[in-house]
Amino acid sequence: MMINILIGFGVALFGFVLQTSLGGINRKIIGRLQKRYGPKWYQEFLDIFKLLSKRAISHGWLFDFGVIMALGGIIATATFMPVTNSIVAFPNYDNFFIFVYLIAVGMLGMAMSASGSGNPYASIGVMRALTTMLAYEVPFMIVILTIIKLTGTSSITGIAEFQQLAGNNWFMIALPLGFIVSFMALMGMLGKKPFETYIAPAEIASGPMVEYGGKQLGMLFIMHEITVFIEVSLFVHLFLGGAENILIFLLKYAAVYTLVNLISNVYGRFKIDQVVKFFYKWPLLLAIVQAVIAVYLGWVI
Amino acid sequence: MKSTKFSELTQEQIDRKWWEIGDFFRRNSLWMLMYCTGCCAIELPPAMTSAYDMERLGMGPMATPRQADVLLVTGYLSLKTLRRLIYTYEQMSEPKYIVGFGSCTINGGIYHDSHAVINQLDRYIPVDVYVAGCMPNTESVMNGFVDLMTLIKNKQANGWIKYKENNDWYKQNQKEALGEVKIKDEFHE
Repeated sequence: MMINILIGFGVALFGFVLQTSLGGINRKIIGRLQKRYGPKWYQEFLDIFKLLSKRAISHGWLFDFGVIMALGGIIATATFMPVTNSIVAFPNYDNFFIFVYLIAVGMLGMAMSASGSGNPYASIGVMRALTTMLAYEVPFMIVILTIIKLTGTSSITGIAEFQQLAGNNWFMIALPLGFIVSFMALMGMLGKKPFETYIAPAEIASGPMVEYGGKQLGMLFIMHEITVFIEVSLFVHLFLGGAENILIFLLKYAAVYTLVNLISNVYGRFKIDQVVKFFYKWPLLLAIVQAVIAVYLGWVI
Repeated sequence: MKSTKFSELTQEQIDRKWWEIGDFFRRNSLWMLMYCTGCCAIELPPAMTSAYDMERLGMGPMATPRQADVLLVTGYLSLKTLRRLIYTYEQMSEPKYIVGFGSCTINGGIYHDSHAVINQLDRYIPVDVYVAGCMPNTESVMNGFVDLMTLIKNKQANGWIKYKENNDWYKQNQKEALGEVKIKDEFHE
């Protein structure tokens, strides 16, 4: 049991280091895209450690406690994340619904803490984040339930092994419409450009993070990196056939995250009503069509 | 046999070591809050975009005073904006630095005889680095940022400590310019 917990924290630490370095590399890639030199690849580490070295003010104990709850909840979620087929901290507990259930603890902690600051921009940001979540969850869940119906299991490693046994016939190829839908949902989850409504630095002054500075902001940055790790590696396991060894995992992870960033950087920002209307129009329609095709007609390649 | 024991460090020395480590991170990741009051603000877009690219120094724009490290005062300050500037500066989390742009923040510049503009910014809030010129070109703006990093490295960018130590003097100057500084809005009633 003890060794499982240690492996779990190892996975969380691995996710933090991986996502933070990849975030820095991606900032450099975006810099090159815009004909700039770009920052150092370890810039994100510098940012986080600088924030932790600064002095911070408090807006009451709810404000501080919510940040700790957010970070703890996300680390607890990351401990269940399988990295490869064999590196799983808690075998048989890597269920998809555990992630859906546990990731809410971190999000709720952040929402609670942001509302505790009393800033109206923070309340607007939290409200927008929850509205965006409501928008992308519905099409995303329809696609995931289709996958669970096809594979007969909701375990993440189970789904990944199903795809590997089928001769690397990933769900990315088998369910092309579902892949497109969940890629859009992933961009919404990560808060990337067209769906960046709840951060919106120029509009609502970075939304929920408006009152954070110093140590609390540093902890939220760590939380954000681990959240991105969880969401992108969920995507890798569900649609890109998981990973037999760690090298393949790194490759697939970097490919997905870089692609999200590249697409995100050529877009502007939607308004919040446009985000909801968008997700409830095309992705929902495509997801239902995909479910009907896959489950009732059985047209799976 | 020589003793391999380390010499005991006092608490002060340990604190200084930690502060030096923190200074390394702080000078390599400066987040700016741009208070664009005057014409020098037009020099910031070329400094941020592909021509000079300040992101390679680790600098970037931030949305709120709580998140920022450097306050950029770009140009002349009227009495009305000075009051908002003081609120903004006091909201930033420590350690915090100020960069003053142009001759208007040094001695009033071409607005030195105006009734609505303050002449010397350093009397109201502590400025760490001035970028002189009317207006300064982008090279000197970038040079000013590098200067600020050198000052942080040499532990000379301590304007925020001065503001705490000489708070009475700064407050008195602010009162002379603005009259009574009274916060009156819907959040403080």
